[in-house]
Amino acid sequence: MYEFEFVKPATVGEAVAALAEEDAQALGGGQTLIPTLKQRLAMPSRLVSLSGITEMQGISDSGGVLTIGGAATHAAVAAGAASYPALAELASHIGDPAVRNRGTIGGSLANNDPAACYPAAALGSGATIVTNSREIEADDYFQGLFETALEEGEIITAVRFPVPEKANYQKFVQPASRFALVGVFVARFADGVRVAVTGASEEGVFRWREAEAALSANFAPDALDGLSVDAEGMIADLHGSKEYRAHLVAVMTKRAVAAAG
Amino acid sequence: MAKVSMTVNGKAASGEVEGRTLLSSFLRDTLGLTGTHVGCDTSQCGACVVHVDGKAVKSCTMLAQEADGSDVATIEGQANADGSLNVIQQAFQDHHGLQCGFCTPGMVMSAAALLKDNPKPTEAEIREYLEGNLCRCTGYHNIIKAILAASGQDVSAIAAE
Amino acid sequence: MPKDNDSGIGASPKRREDVRFLTGAGNYTDDINVHGQAYVHFLRADVAHATINSIDTSAAEAMPGVVKIFTGADFAEVGGIPCGWGVTDRHGNPQQEPRHPIIADGTIRHVGEIVAAVVADTVEQARDAAEAIELDLTDKPVVVDMAAALAEDSAKVHEDLSSNLCYDWVFGNDDDDAVQAAFDAAAHVTTLELVNNRLVANPMEPRVAIGEYSRGTDEYTLHTTSQNPHVIRLLMCAFVLGLPEHKVRVVAPDVGGGFGSKIFHYAEEAFCTHAAKACGRPVKWTSTRSEAFISDAHGRDHVTKIELALDSNNNFTALRTNTMANMGAYLSTFATSVPSYLHGTLMAGNYKTPVVQVNVKTVFTNTVPVDAYRGAGRPEATFQLERVIDKAARELGVDPIALRRQNFITEFPYETPVALTYDTGDYTATMDKLEEIADVAGFAARRAESEKKGKLRGLGVNCYIEACGIAPSNIVGMLGARAGLYDAATVRVNATGTISVFVGAHSHGQGHETSFPQVVADMIGIDESMVDIVHGDTGRVPFGMGTYGSRSIAVCGSAMVRATEKIIAKAKKIAAHLLEASDADIELKDGQFTVAGTDKSVAWGDVTLTAYVPHNYPLEELEPGLEETAFYDPANFTYPSGAYACEVEVDPDTGKVTIERFSAADDFGNIINPMIVDGQVHGGLGQGIGQALLENAAYDEDGQLLSASFMDYAMPRADDVPFYQVDHSCQTPCTHNPLGVKGCGEAGAIGSPPAVVNAVVDALQSAGKNVTHIDMPLSPARVWAAMNG
Repeated sequence: MYEFEFVKPATVGEAVAALAEEDAQALGGGQTLIPTLKQRLAMPSRLVSLSGITEMQGISDSGGVLTIGGAATHAAVAAGAASYPALAELASHIGDPAVRNRGTIGGSLANNDPAACYPAAALGSGATIVTNSREIEADDYFQGLFETALEEGEIITAVRFPVPEKANYQKFVQPASRFALVGVFVARFADGVRVAVTGASEEGVFRWREAEAALSANFAPDALDGLSVDAEGMIADLHGSKEYRAHLVAVMTKRAVAAAG
Repeated sequence: MAKVSMTVNGKAASGEVEGRTLLSSFLRDTLGLTGTHVGCDTSQCGACVVHVDGKAVKSCTMLAQEADGSDVATIEGQANADGSLNVIQQAFQDHHGLQCGFCTPGMVMSAAALLKDNPKPTEAEIREYLEGNLCRCTGYHNIIKAILAASGQDVSAIAAE
Repeated sequence: MPKDNDSGIGASPKRREDVRFLTGAGNYTDDINVHGQAYVHFLRADVAHATINSIDTSAAEAMPGVVKIFTGADFAEVGGIPCGWGVTDRHGNPQQEPRHPIIADGTIRHVGEIVAAVVADTVEQARDAAEAIELDLTDKPVVVDMAAALAEDSAKVHEDLSSNLCYDWVFGNDDDDAVQAAFDAAAHVTTLELVNNRLVANPMEPRVAIGEYSRGTDEYTLHTTSQNPHVIRLLMCAFVLGLPEHKVRVVAPDVGGGFGSKIFHYAEEAFCTHAAKACGRPVKWTSTRSEAFISDAHGRDHVTKIELALDSNNNFTALRTNTMANMGAYLSTFATSVPSYLHGTLMAGNYKTPVVQVNVKTVFTNTVPVDAYRGAGRPEATFQLERVIDKAARELGVDPIALRRQNFITEFPYETPVALTYDTGDYTATMDKLEEIADVAGFAARRAESEKKGKLRGLGVNCYIEACGIAPSNIVGMLGARAGLYDAATVRVNATGTISVFVGAHSHGQGHETSFPQVVADMIGIDESMVDIVHGDTGRVPFGMGTYGSRSIAVCGSAMVRATEKIIAKAKKIAAHLLEASDADIELKDGQFTVAGTDKSVAWGDVTLTAYVPHNYPLEELEPGLEETAFYDPANFTYPSGAYACEVEVDPDTGKVTIERFSAADDFGNIINPMIVDGQVHGGLGQGIGQALLENAAYDEDGQLLSASFMDYAMPRADDVPFYQVDHSCQTPCTHNPLGVKGCGEAGAIGSPPAVVNAVVDALQSAGKNVTHIDMPLSPARVWAAMNG
């Protein structure tokens, strides 16, 4: 790692101020950032830890909306998101137990790894990304591989999830990293179904609109019969071809619908 | 350089660290607690697992300064007060749950964290919990068996004793 | 001899080394820090093939903390890393053997090759400075694919060699016409083309080296993560650095696994030793995992076409293989022996096939060197043979177990067409045992249950034989080995009767510290706690050839037995003197020397004390003291064998394979510690299942390793494997070593990959899929593609 200054502010305001320095970078749980720093692929002058900010830790439930602090760890969400079981279940399978004790929802969404789980939950739920300066709808937030609507120095302070009637996340893991080779989040709301797919596309997390329409009409696995995503635009790598990923999107979507009940 | 202070295995410990100093480096190089091992640089092998404020973390993927003020437990502090092996350590020895020993500190620390949350895990729960701990020697058989035994479950029916 | 559950040969005492490992008190090389040490960071090539036009280190040298920077020019005067085995090709010519420099000498030949080395006060300073080194490179054409590398117009990895062919070797029946005649006469021929996937050993402890030099005594010390410190010292002193061996001490303390990858002499070891003197400071290197992927020798990487001929009664009549084996860019220490003598000699397997011809071309490519990995040649042989037999059974519509049984070798000793003489074995018995523990009879019912869940279930069975206990030095010498393969042990009895046994074998997970004392204590009849072994230090252990090839107990253990026999013989003479009897009449039992047929006896401790306090002692006939050394050179290889069964479920929607059951019936001959043997098999199975389902060191056409970290190289995890059923009750003791042992360290890795693939093919065929083979690893994507191909 290159050397950097480490600061650990106690409030969002202090964190925003600390991030104003050129080449300062926010540090969530560090489960992706620290390995990146070890490879010397990033060179921040200052790391601003968000782990000491109490106001970003909580998980609260009000009026069918679950609000999760940006610094809440995956383990905290797994334990604390009881009102949104599909989300708790998703959080309980990110990485491994030690990673879940450090990694945070804000860190994951800010990084927007194309194979991460949380982007599927946020997009699939139609969540609102709350930052120190504004609120961003999930549909506007994800902008491609590792690209988001966040500005320099902007911090995810919370994520608001509308709790659906039914939801489920199915992850088919990449055998080495155990990230999603394909992950599908399906959520049924009173006004329709959302389907978000991670791991599969060269453009990052995306909504599978065709499946949403079919499932909004009939929330059952066989409503998806005959539907498929175009293999073009899917990721091809050592672990699976475009065609395989496209196939898995359909399989995992069906399974998510079946599991959502 | 910044000063960090923490409690490690029940004793106060402090030292000067850089911003980039990892908790694993602080434990190994500053405190001389070399039982915590580093087996990868992508946060996957788990040889470096320690407990910070009661939770299992990968000490190679946590900055030392993040642990400032924390209560840290490492493999060196796991034995009973009289120096004898604790229940998990003893089960690993009794059931040959280690060979080269390099992954073992992380395995024991992960097992301890698991059994604290889930005192009677099933075989499947143990296997899933160890997703972040790689072992190249044992084929995992005797590690799983040792953890089952450490949780007080009967392992006599498991094959190949 | 005393025999209970806790001590002696055949017992399973708990491992004594465990206590230090379980309490964080192990002493691995990276745990060692030497006063005043500097750190080296190696600048490694990030391209696979290039000419180094110039290296400008001037800016780097001015950076904070830099002690010294080394480039290839600094090592121009020293030797290259030697290859320990010279293979003679089918025309009688020696293998092509390029120079293997410590630091690249004008040409980069693989990603990861050392281009420069920066020694600095801290590792981060060394890395900072390495980034300031300016390289002027001209890219050269990259050779990755073996078949392309052998084409006449291929670019060459080494301009000074005639081609990319290391050797073209034939073994067994070398009369092509006779072999072809056997195929022409066959009632059926089964042909299979397959890949034995390239693997990375990935012991959990990455490699580390610390070099020290004492100006006062002109002595060097190298601490290193090695499986065989004596061999490292010999190779480094005699071939690389030109140092007097008696001035160099090599220590391999606790080592966190090896699996072959820590046998070899690596550039980093020679570098740290050399640099310690050049820098006037100890120099330490700790590999990161990312570095390990591109600097540890890889394993396997064979591409094979195998043909099996059968007569009208389904008897095997001939076998012919054509293999290309990847050497990588340079020859690692034992690289050339793996695809030749460790592979070709095993191609007869457990079967009485009268004609066997093995053809192997070894190939240079712009990839990391390839060398021995757990099993080393024997897994490659077993995989081909057991896959083609399975395919033949399907083509002929016969039961694959029955086809194997029909062709088993049943008479011993048995001379194979590929140069080995199997001394003992009972393949029918191990197959019987396998069918029992695997509950083969219950498979159909389990398949029906799986099908109810929408899953495909398959059963795969295979046999294996391996040649362990390497090796008779005169035989391997004729075959090109440039070293002897005996081992040595010194038994030092102290005056109070405690014993230190100095052994050449190195323990890095195998539990020698527990099992070796079981043997010595059993022979003398004393408590095991009175016996310790000392290993891993050339400064303490007289000599040894190290640990690999499942040889420790068979070869070094035999040396230990011979040395202990000498101790007992001498102790009996001392006892005879004390008891005023003839030494021929002295019996040793339970640590007591007794005059046969009398109640006159003297205890072990009294005899050992007398050896060192020789007041009442036959000084005119016998030297004082009680210390003996034996070198043991085996008369033959040992031949562990077994039969394995794997049951899988395949998810037809995703191609995901789940191992539901895995059973292993092995014949290891006599067994010293069954608990440790079980553990060795478990570990081998984990690695074999890893090869079959998960692991793949894949290169792209530019010579970049695509799976260069645990993010892309899939290591087997706890939830990838089941509990295993392991049995080693079939025991045909080795006939030619004193313990009757055969070795068990590699069996699991050798025997398991074909069982997994056979099972998956069986599962797919049960669903009517015309799939006859899938290349490893059988990832979900590959299985799905095969099903939908």
